This record gives sequence, structure tokens and C-alpha cells, in this order.
Amino acid sequence: MDNGTGIGARVKRKEDQRFITGKGNYTDDINLPKQTFAYFVRSPHAHAEIKSIDTSHAAKMPGVVGVFTGEHVAEDKIGGLICGWMIHSKDGSPMKAGPHPILAVGKVRYVGDHVAVVIAETRDLAKAAAAAVEVHYHVLPHVVDVADAMGHKAQIHDVAPDNRVFNWSIGDEAATDAAFKRAAHVTKIDLVNNRLIPNAMEPRAAIGSYDTGTDAYTLYTTSQNPHVARLVISAFHGLAPEHKLRVIAPDVGGGFGSKIFIYAEEVVCAWASKRIGGRPIKWTAERNESFLADAHGRDHVTHAEMATDADGRIIGFKVHTKASLGAYLSTFSSCVPTYLYATLLSGQYAIPNIYAEVDAIYTNTAPVDAYRGAGRPEATYVVERIVETAARELKMDPAEFRRKNFVTQFPHQTPVIMCYDAGDYNASLDKAMEIADYKGFAARKAEAAKHGKLRGIGLSAYIEACGIAPSAAIGSLGAGVGLWESAEVRVNPVGTVEVLTGSHSHGQGHETTFAQLVSDRLGIDFNNVSIVHGDTDKVQFGMGTYGSRSGAVGMTAISKALDKIEAKAKKIAAAVMEASVDDIEFKNGTFAVKGTDKKMAFGEVALSAYVAHKFNSAEIEPGLKESAFHDPSNFVFPAGVHIAEVEIDTDTGVTSVVNYTAVDDFGNIINPMIVEGQVHGGIVQGIGQALYEGCVYDKQSGHLLTGSYMDYQMPRAADIPNLNLGFTCTPCPSNPLGMKGCGEAGAIASPAAVMNAVTDALNVKDVAMPATPHAVWKTLQPMKKAAE
Amino acid sequence: MENFNYHRPASVDDAVKALKGSADGKLMSGGMTLIPALKHGLAQPSDIIDLGGLKNAGISVGGTVVIKAGTIHAEVAGNADLRKAIPGLAALAGGIGDPHVRHKGTIGGSIANNDPAADYPSACLGLGATIHTNSRKIAADDFFTGMFSTALADGEVVTAVEFPIPKKCGYAKFPNPASLYAMVGVFAGQLADGSARVAVTGAGSGVFRVAGMEAALSKSFSAGALNGATVPSKDLNSDLHASAEYRAHLITVMAKRAVEAAK
Amino acid sequence: MPAISMKVNGQAVCGDVEGRTLLVEFIRDKLGLTGTHVGCDTSQCGACVVHVNGKAVKSCTALAIAHDGADVTTVEGLAQNGKLHPMQEAFRENHGLQCGFCTPGMIMAAVDMVNRLGKNLDDDTIRHELEGNICRCTGYQNIVAAVKAGAANM
Repeated sequence: MDNGTGIGARVKRKEDQRFITGKGNYTDDINLPKQTFAYFVRSPHAHAEIKSIDTSHAAKMPGVVGVFTGEHVAEDKIGGLICGWMIHSKDGSPMKAGPHPILAVGKVRYVGDHVAVVIAETRDLAKAAAAAVEVHYHVLPHVVDVADAMGHKAQIHDVAPDNRVFNWSIGDEAATDAAFKRAAHVTKIDLVNNRLIPNAMEPRAAIGSYDTGTDAYTLYTTSQNPHVARLVISAFHGLAPEHKLRVIAPDVGGGFGSKIFIYAEEVVCAWASKRIGGRPIKWTAERNESFLADAHGRDHVTHAEMATDADGRIIGFKVHTKASLGAYLSTFSSCVPTYLYATLLSGQYAIPNIYAEVDAIYTNTAPVDAYRGAGRPEATYVVERIVETAARELKMDPAEFRRKNFVTQFPHQTPVIMCYDAGDYNASLDKAMEIADYKGFAARKAEAAKHGKLRGIGLSAYIEACGIAPSAAIGSLGAGVGLWESAEVRVNPVGTVEVLTGSHSHGQGHETTFAQLVSDRLGIDFNNVSIVHGDTDKVQFGMGTYGSRSGAVGMTAISKALDKIEAKAKKIAAAVMEASVDDIEFKNGTFAVKGTDKKMAFGEVALSAYVAHKFNSAEIEPGLKESAFHDPSNFVFPAGVHIAEVEIDTDTGVTSVVNYTAVDDFGNIINPMIVEGQVHGGIVQGIGQALYEGCVYDKQSGHLLTGSYMDYQMPRAADIPNLNLGFTCTPCPSNPLGMKGCGEAGAIASPAAVMNAVTDALNVKDVAMPATPHAVWKTLQPMKKAAE
Repeated sequence: MENFNYHRPASVDDAVKALKGSADGKLMSGGMTLIPALKHGLAQPSDIIDLGGLKNAGISVGGTVVIKAGTIHAEVAGNADLRKAIPGLAALAGGIGDPHVRHKGTIGGSIANNDPAADYPSACLGLGATIHTNSRKIAADDFFTGMFSTALADGEVVTAVEFPIPKKCGYAKFPNPASLYAMVGVFAGQLADGSARVAVTGAGSGVFRVAGMEAALSKSFSAGALNGATVPSKDLNSDLHASAEYRAHLITVMAKRAVEAAK
Repeated sequence: MPAISMKVNGQAVCGDVEGRTLLVEFIRDKLGLTGTHVGCDTSQCGACVVHVNGKAVKSCTALAIAHDGADVTTVEGLAQNGKLHPMQEAFRENHGLQCGFCTPGMIMAAVDMVNRLGKNLDDDTIRHELEGNICRCTGYQNIVAAVKAGAANM
């Protein structure tokens, strides 16, 4: 139905009212009676043995309620943090997972590692007392750069003597080698995918509360997936069985992956609450702690080679990547540089032979895990940078080289697991080139040159796999969980609807888009639908929001539950109207008996369901509430073409993105306004990666040099041009709504587009990301000298 | 952060008294640098003496420009008389921090703190300003003595800054891309007598003048006059964001832009 | 602990503070007005922006005790008689927010921008004037559109 709030409408968001009036309810906004505050003692060393911890002075400080270390955790038999995806090395051996206690035992492995916690009456008192905890360290050699870490004398975990977590491969090595032997041309490139710090604007926070009366815990936490948090804290940390642990993720101020993971701080807050007699414990990260101890992203070093035949067709692709996983394996870290990365190395291209090998490596740095795109930006970066480079080497137009190699027949099975189900890559390329005025670039470049600016253009034809994922498939690849989603649709007697979803919204606008689906399907007022999420006591189970899955998987679950609602409502309507259920038609919120004027509004049927006077309750149960679990049958494959144009000021080295075009195929779209917002945000994070953001640890000290906004450059409004968006649509065949996913595409596509433009402007093969003014200036120096 | 005793004196004399009576007191003006330093434990004073109670703000434009120490950046940026008299100074003030910082930060606080990446010291040096304190007047050339250090004696409080009105002046800043503080900022002034001054901030351990550029600009106050003018990189800062060589290069680029922007 | 009083969103309020109590802590913890957020510790993100005596300031970089007697407006004080401020309305209409965390600071900064520069703001001005506010979700495009529209309606 088209009431302006259905599928495809640019509906204004329901959630905005509270956010624009200051009535959002984020974790740190919540205050519980008798609440205390936690402050964590963190390691100042990148790698050290803990000789002793003396908490006696801290314990006597004013306002201190408790001081706890790893010994206390061990006394209570609270387990360590886990990595939920088992990867096996090429030789069949399981990945080497070192212990990851919630408070350090024996050793610290990165600057910021959690050593002890002080609980006090106020934040300030806890912080002051934390400074009085005396830790005696024996400093050990450390290594922070992934390129140096394998076999380094700094041995981070006993279980991995060479610091290698696993050596994993995908694809047919022999066939790929054979393809290279018959190649007419081989393009080689070395790339660094710079390490990033996620920086959701809301710092992580938690409130743990133990109820002595019920022997149950409540944990408020900044989580993208509260049910997974409950499962892990219950099953692996062993804090409490699930029915005695309630996890609430209220309004969450951005995640981008960093709030998927189970972190030490939240587990400590819940656990220690019992230790202090049940008083709630609140912890809110200071931004400097977010820099130090949120899971970081990317951090790959890659060598790639691409073989082409005499006709300019790609016949082989070989990739070797070293991926830092930091000092410990975070919750999903192991799947990021493997199944979320190398399975996308075919890009949009029909490449018959691909082989990739990945060394995952420990370094003395914060754990590295999924960050917006998670593996797919890294894959796109490798594919799109080498494709652009190959085109340049072959003296082909980069757009035409891509076109020549595009997959055009679907389904398309790649040599690296994925089976692309639908797409039209030429359509996206055509549209992007038109919007970006690709033809006019030469004139714009000449014009820029008149003003002393170097102008460059770069393409990125990305594909990603999201909507994760078929549970059995990922199970066979090592996942410890299934990645279905759940939904429950509760119709109230008056016909209003509450939808309980296992997805979690932290900026994505689910309260709006999910309500659009329900309003559209049931033909009821959009305002009569509310979405409930983020509380394990309300929603039975769910897998959360990440990997652009909430539309394709979460909404499909809702859709399935709505099918059941409709089916049952038809039965009730049939009974009430004394007709055959086969004769009931449901349209625009009305149940009608075919060929008669008999009809009932949705609300009337709902009321009948609960009043239960007019049907045989032996045959039809009263009530109208249905649930569904949806396990997807395939990934979904959003794809598109982004085109960046940059100008470089040769006097200063400053690169400005002056034109940016994105054409994306997300299949069917529920709310274009929200989708555009997701694309904008993703692109800007990717521009940030390309030009601004680089996490740097000091080689010598192991300290994080980019530990605040004083040194880590976040994209600001003035850095970014207006982005030009376009859309194409090939509906996804694997879900009834035909949806793909839009949350990560921008961040996946844009770094390659921008860096292809930068290298085009500079006429060089590579500049390392981020292409800061300093880096670009350094690149320009030899050219200037040569010109003189 | 650590707690402290808070004082809000109504007169400079009372401020000095409070400062002298404290174990380890610190004067605070807008607090834009001090409060972050307190939060990070970089400063842990026993007492904070807030100069906000002095109500010592305002700009008077006559033969010279006198800006009282407590005047916020936004006022300097927006003052109509000052924008006529020394537009380059107003423009500099309009580029300090961000709009919210400009509503709090003061000229007195900025120069007394003498952050090596602050903007104002370059204007003081680049115009040959005179710093007024509760006990004397100090030439800018003598005032800024190095990183976070000045000629201020114990108990001495900046009360105003007096700027001569130049023929023209301009400021060009290459901000640190993350913090937006000056990574290299150059203030170029052509004084009433035609002589030029060039002061650089952000690039070294403190604000400094560039004699070679001043000589060139004194002959011809034009960007072209700076062709070939360089600053040795030897004593410049080198960090994550810029090597000393890059800063040296940027000094020349920014100096030219400052001259081009001069009004 | 010294007691301070001020006017917040038109209401007289008072409370005990320490010297070190930040204005944002007073607003959030003592007054329970949690719309004002803390997103960083280096005075850069702008999630904490409120108006003090009509001017936007970062409440994380201000001592509460120094604001004894001040007139403070937070995001909760913008809507009047149940009617949203035009800038609030514009953020909703233009999808100028996603997670909502930076939004109160953005809106307060935007209102201040209009107070200083008037209702006709171009994109470049808006982008430049937002240098003290960081958003990680929106890529700024819709924030710029919102500020422009909100300014025109103020």
C-alpha cells in the first residue's frame, strides 16, 4: 500500500524525536541506585611480565569500595575472552589462541591491557585510587608492526612461538600458478591497509548489577548484539546461566563493528558487582581508553599479483597477506582476514584462478577485529588497486579494463567460495561514469593544472558479501554460532503491533524501516507499530546488527512472522465471516471474502483473535502473535561503482576530494533517505581511511602515538565535498524482500577509489594510506627535483 | 581529575594575593588549554585562580590597539573597529580553535601560556606588540622565551596587549590535520615605517622571527619577494604529522600566503 | 563543597560542586539533563556543546563553579511549549542524525551559528563552522542540509 510510510518511502525517522530533544537513553545516561564507578588500571607497557600487584594503598584511598585483579577473577573461576570462529591453518592445525583473561594474569601484551579495576563511590575517586595501584613490571621485548612480528624475538603467547596465529589459504594454488605461467602480463603491487581506530562517538560503557535477592545479573552495555554478549558471558565466562543474566543495550551511539565484541570491562562490571555485595558498577570509557582498548580495524600488509592474457583478460590472481590480530584474539577477529576477506578477492570479475594465503599474526597492540566492512574493504582495496594498476600498465582505460572482465552471467561461482546471485555491473559503471562526467575529466584536469593543482580520477568497482549468513555454511567454515535472525510480531487486541527483533539499531533507523515493512504488509498506520530490541528479557534471542545483515536477515525474519500473522488472521477472519479461508483476501489492511461485500479491518480481526467469541478455540488458538527464525540461504551481494576525483595542492601536499560519485545496487530499498545516509557515512569513513586516519604505534616504546583526537584525524565537515549518489537495482533472489545490505558499502568502496585518484594525480604506482599532506609532499619531492 | 581550591578574585591584586597564598596555584583565563591539561593530569595545581571575575575585557582602537587580557577570541575576530585597524589580527583570532573555543579562550590566556602551536604569539611578535602586565610593559620580542615559557615573573599577570597599527598584515596557518592547532603558522606584518616582520608559530619549540624573510619583505612586501627564502629545518619540530624538512618548506609557503592575504 | 546556582533552560537551579566539577558533569549528573554528551577528553568532538549566556561553549572544558550565576541552555531547553525548535525539526526532516550521540552538540552549535551569522548560510560556511563538532555516522552531508534548512526557518 502507498500511504507514504510503506516500503520505498522516504519516511522521517521515529527515533529522532528523542535524539533531537536530548531524551536519548544511552548507557552512561542511566544511573542506578547505590551505583559505584569503575576505573581500570591499564598497562603502560607493550609487553611485560607482571611481577606483583600491590593494591593495599589503593584500597585505603577515600571512597574505594573494592580493588580487584586477575587473581580475584580466577578465584571466582570466571573464564577469559574468547574468539568465536575457529580457523585452521593450511597444514590442518587449529589457530593458536592464547589466553585472554578479563584482568591480566602474569603478563600484559599491549599498552592499555586491563590489569586491575578499582571500584569507588565516584569516577574521580576511582581514578585517583587506580593511580595508587602499584604494579611491578618486568619489561619484555615487544613488536607492534605486523610486517616485523612473525618470528620476532618478542614472543607474545606461549602457544604461538613465532607469533603466527594461523597460516590459512583459499583457492587452487597449482591452477593459479599455471595461469601465471601462460600470462601475457603480470601486474604486481605491495599494499598496506592502514590500521584504523573505530571511534564511534559514544565511548563504550557498561553498568553491571547483581541482585542478591534473585541471584541474577543485569548488564547495561554499549552492544550491537546483546544476546550474543549474554551467550558468551554465560557460556564461556561462566558468570551466570542465561536465565540469570539480562543484557540490555539501550540507545547505542554508533558501533561500526567496535561494539560487536565482548570486552573485558563489561564482564568485569557485572562480575565485580557481586563481589561488592550487589551495588551496581558503572564504567564509561574516556576517549583515550577508546583509542587504547577498543578493537581496532584493518592492519594488513599485502603482496598481490595479477595475470592477464594478451587480450587483457584476467586469468589469475595471487595474494599474500599478513594480518595483525593484535595481542589477543577478539570475538570475531579470526574470520575477518579469512572468510570475510579472501572470499571477495574475485571482485566483480570473472577470474578463473585465485589463490590467497593469509598469515594472521600477533602484535603487541590492541586486538584487531571487525570494523565497518570487516575484510571486505581490505579485499576491495587489493582488487581495485591492482585492477587499476593493471589497466595503467596495459595502457587500457581503467573503466574499459573493468568492463572487459566483469561477471555478466548469474549465478556466478567464483574460485573462492562465493556464488554471486544477481547483479548488473555494467549498469552501475555506466551510471557512475555518467553522473561523474567521466568524459569531461581530461578538461577538468587541464583546468586544475592551470591553477597549479594535480587532478586525478579513480574508480572502485566493489562487491561485498553481507547479510551474514547461512548458518550451516559458516559453521562448516569454523563459526561458533549460527547467523540467523529472529522476530516476533505481537498484535495487540486493538490492532497495534509490537515487533521484537534480534537485530540492534545503533544509528541504522530500524525503528523506522522495520515499522515501514509492517505497516506496508499489514496495511496499518505506521505510527501503530513499535519496534522492540536490545533487551534479552524482552526479545528471546537474536544475533545482532553488523555485516549489513539487519535488512536482508532481520527484516526477512519479520516478514516470515508477518506471513504467519496473515495466515492466522485469515483463519480468524474466515471463521468470523463464516467463509472458507481460501476465499479470504487480505489487501490494504482489510480481510474480504472474495466475491462478496463482507470484510473486516485488520484491527477487527485482531480484536476477534483476543475476544475469541466467534471461532472454535479448539481449532484456532486465541491471540495473534507469531515468531520466526530466518536463516538465509546465501549471502547477499551489494555491488557498485564509486568514482573519486581529487586535487592535490603541490605547494602543501594537501589532497582534496573535489568530486565523489557512488552508484550502488542494494536491490530493493525500504527507505531511500536512510540508505543514502548509510552510504554517506560509509564513504566518509573510507575517505578518512584513505586520507586522514592512521593508527600509529611507536616502534621503540610500543605506545600508541595516535591516542587522541589531537593526533588521530577524524574527517570533519569541511574536509568532505557533497557526495553524488545514484542507484541501480537487481533484486536479491535469496530473500523475499529482494534486499541486499547498505551499511558498509561506502567504507568498502571508497578507499580504493580515492587512492586510485591520488595515484593517478601523482602518476605513481602507490602512496601508502593515509595519503596525508606530509606523505604526498614527500612523494612529490623527487618529481619536483627531476623537473628542476 | 584532581581537585583544587577555586578562587575567583575581583581584582588583579586579589588574584596575585591568592596565587601567592597557594601552595602551587595556577592562573586560569578561558581555561581552553588548562582544563584539558587538568583532565589528563598534566597539571595538578593546588589552587586555580580564575581571572574571569576581573571582567577585564574590551578592545580600544586609537593610535594603537589595546586588547584587554580577558577578551575572548570571538570578540577580537568580530570587533568592527579592530577589523578596520588590523584586519589580519582579527582574521587570526577568527581562526583559533573552533567557534566554541573562541567563545571562551582569551588573548591573555593564550599568550601567557605560550603554547608553541598557539596563534596569538605569532601576531604579537609579527606586529611588535607590547604586553602589559600588572607591573610593567614587555616588548613581545622579550616576552616569549620558549616552549610554554614567558618573561612573566611570579605573581605577574598579563592585563592587556597593545598592538601598533601596521600598514598591512596577514596570517596563514597550516593546521595540524588532527588537532587543528598550527602545525605551521606564519604572521607577516608590514609596519607603519615600512619595515616587515615575520613570525612563525607551530614549527619550532616556540614562536620565532625569520630575519631573512623580514629583510626581503622590508624591501618589497610581496609574496614574490620570498622566492628562494628558506628557513633551515635544523631546529624545527619533527613529529608524526610533519618532519622538520616539511615544516621548513611549509614556512615558506605559508609566509607567501600570509603576505598575499595581508590587508 | 561550594554551592552554585544558575539558570538552566529558564529554570533556577542550584547544587554543590567541587572545584573540579565540570559544567557538563553538573548538567548531566546533578541536574539529570543527559542530552548533553561527552564524546572526548580533548575538547574536540563538540558533543557537549551548550549555550552559556547565549553563546556556544564546550561544557566539558568549563568548570561548573566558574558558571555561578550563568544562564545556560542545553538541548533540552530548545523546544518551547512542546514545539520543536526549527533547527531540531530540520535535523529530523533532513536525516541529519543517525546514532544521535553527536546530535545535541550539533544542534546547539548550529543554533549558535545562525545567531552569529544569520539565516542565509551557504554550504562552505556551514562546513567550516562545524569544525568543532565531529560526527562519525552521517558523513556530514545531511547535517549540512539540516543546518541550512534550520537556519532559514529560524
